[in-house]
Amino acid sequence: MINPRKIFETINMISSENLDIRTITLGISLRDCAHPDIDELSRRIYDKITRTGRDLVKTGEDIERDYGIPIINKRISVTPISIVSESSHGDNFEIARAMDRAAAELGVNFIGGYTALVHKGYTKGDKNLIESIPQVLTQTRHVCASVNVATTRAGINMDAVARMGQIIKQTSQMARDGNSIACTRLVVFANAPEDNPFMAGSFHGIGEPENVINVGVSGPGVVQSALKKLEPNADFSQISETIKKTAFKITRMGQLVATEASKRLGIPFGVVDISLAPTPAIGDSVAFILEEMGLEKCGAHGTTAALALLNDAVKKGGVMASSHVGGLSGAFIPVCEDTGMIEAVRCGALSLDKLEAMTCVCSVGLDMIPVPGDTPDYTIAAIIADEAAVGVSNNKTTAVRIIPVYGKKEGEVVEFGGLLGRGFIMPVNKFSSSAFIKRGGRIPAPIHSLRN
Amino acid sequence: MRAVITVIGTDKVGIIAGVSSILSESNVNILDITQTTMQELFTMIMLVDTSKANINFEALAGKLDARGEELGLKIRIQHEDIFKSMHEI
Repeated sequence: MINPRKIFETINMISSENLDIRTITLGISLRDCAHPDIDELSRRIYDKITRTGRDLVKTGEDIERDYGIPIINKRISVTPISIVSESSHGDNFEIARAMDRAAAELGVNFIGGYTALVHKGYTKGDKNLIESIPQVLTQTRHVCASVNVATTRAGINMDAVARMGQIIKQTSQMARDGNSIACTRLVVFANAPEDNPFMAGSFHGIGEPENVINVGVSGPGVVQSALKKLEPNADFSQISETIKKTAFKITRMGQLVATEASKRLGIPFGVVDISLAPTPAIGDSVAFILEEMGLEKCGAHGTTAALALLNDAVKKGGVMASSHVGGLSGAFIPVCEDTGMIEAVRCGALSLDKLEAMTCVCSVGLDMIPVPGDTPDYTIAAIIADEAAVGVSNNKTTAVRIIPVYGKKEGEVVEFGGLLGRGFIMPVNKFSSSAFIKRGGRIPAPIHSLRN
Repeated sequence: MRAVITVIGTDKVGIIAGVSSILSESNVNILDITQTTMQELFTMIMLVDTSKANINFEALAGKLDARGEELGLKIRIQHEDIFKSMHEI
């Protein structure tokens, strides 16, 4: 039999250190649903999603019970809708409604893929989709939208960046009665991955198979506990080794669940996303891992270096534990979803500028950041442009999920609830980027994009 | 399938009997059993074979959980593979 100590180590990770599988995400291609009549297209989409995903939630729950590991979310991602709806006539909102109804029918909390990929420019379908985003986010409950505005190969589409600043503001205003929470379901990407299982930015990429199972793991609490057990003067090599070993164990859980879900559903396994995803639960924070390394507060000088070490060690440990690693894979820093970061913002340790630096070395970008409701659209666009530049120049994914909370001012508290957490409104730079954003056009791809 | 039953709590009379009577009623075979005290907690681990069980896994887990409540202990049953995959390469 397996060593009893190891058995209890696993049980302790699950029962006391918040180890869980964050999401099983079923990717579904909708490319064969295309139809000139948008009502017919919507009907096909609804039918295909509900048919393919029929057993997803039940299977997730069965695995949860058999293995005794919590699987927090079961979700659906679909082909970018701008592609599916390109040749349809009518109101795009009908499609979002069909997606929303399908998600409700299947019992999944989010469905991703209300997406356009416009890093080099818009097609007609992309434009229709982007313009409908505020209405879709405010009048559906489960639909997640994302727009890819830049890639390392194509550069940055600054027209799209400017427009997304306005779309986010518009969404914030339309959702003013609910703390602009609709903005939490919108991600603006650079170098968006096609197989990311995490919402809100998940979509089923065009290079993906008909259907696929991708799994996202979690476990910041497990990493923090492992570091706590080290000697107080352990050096960085020991810290890195400990994180690697822990990430390996966490990822093995992801691989097991992914393989099992794939087998039970008869749908091919895609990737395990080895991200450390925090939740507002106590002891499930990425910030606390950084603080465990010796920083008084997340955001203090040294935070970027600590995060770089963490991100790298997670990947090194995780990659051997899974047959296919993909998606975002790294540490997440969603400010409102991480108890330690919420506190770091409250006490003034963590600023938007420091977060921007941190996004250079971890897997996402400026994530779940509430800013004043009166932040101008061009300032939001400029924040997106900065993040896109970080992603494009470093050959990595970056994203912006920012919430200009209607009616709220710097320092005020906002409650989003559940996994979305709460936070303090963060100040933005007061100086104008208006003339910069108005220029439009494309920022050319960097020289290192020419790799052939 | 092979599953691992773990019992954690304060030691008292009748824990093994309490668990094994459910297993015997359910036609679940005990393959291995070990018990020890870790940090003043009674811990018992059983490796069992549920392939000939006369009730499904969910019902068995429910019965064990209820017995745990009666005895003031935490009793879990989990597929063996979760431990194997985490600790064995």
